[in-house]
Amino acid sequence: MIRVCEEPFDPGAELSSFESAAKGAGAVVSFLGKVRGKAESDDVTALVLEHFPGVTEKSISEIEQQAKSRWNIDEVLIIHRVGRLTPGEPIVMVCVASAHRRDAFEAADFLMDYLKTEAMFWKKEVRKNGEAWIEPRDQDYKDVGRWREDN
Amino acid sequence: MARVLFFGKLSDLAGARERNVMLPSRTHTVSDLIDTIGEDDTVLSAALKESSVRVIINEKMADSGTAVSDRDEVAFLPPVSGG
Repeated sequence: MIRVCEEPFDPGAELSSFESAAKGAGAVVSFLGKVRGKAESDDVTALVLEHFPGVTEKSISEIEQQAKSRWNIDEVLIIHRVGRLTPGEPIVMVCVASAHRRDAFEAADFLMDYLKTEAMFWKKEVRKNGEAWIEPRDQDYKDVGRWREDN
Repeated sequence: MARVLFFGKLSDLAGARERNVMLPSRTHTVSDLIDTIGEDDTVLSAALKESSVRVIINEKMADSGTAVSDRDEVAFLPPVSGG
């Protein structure tokens, strides 16, 4: 299931209902990403996220299908916030259920690398002394490169 | 009029998230559309020509050579960043 939403979500409640939906799976892996309070140089007061309604969800759905064809996984949940977020707030959550832990860990890792570098979101940091659009770090591109078939 | 959408830093440059652009008869491709935008806004058109900018027409991936018409929705996407 994929949800792009403006309103905050409760990670504990989401994980609990995901676990119920994935009844019978032997492994559940969840990742929660939160808004950091520090940028490279100065304090971040907020993060503003945009997406391309409809197109963003469709592209995430395609990557979910890729994960399902690559690993033996039963259920996937991807929640991604958009709008204005403040430090400490959950921004993204990925849950994967599988019969065995390795598939669940790898699929969750793959999905997060995709969300960081390829999903259609645009992120702006609001800092005490101005605003700046953020692009993925070199490390983020290296991370997503690990999943290419030729690696 | 083509409906042109701008995301991320491109919407800052355009001063809006979307614009309706009247296409002159010589406008046949995305590249021509960017030139039309550049007649009034050279800074924005230069940013739209950057190799890192992706183009989506009517929710399908496109490129600078893809045909555009008055009925199209053309979206310009700068490098993405989520999570």
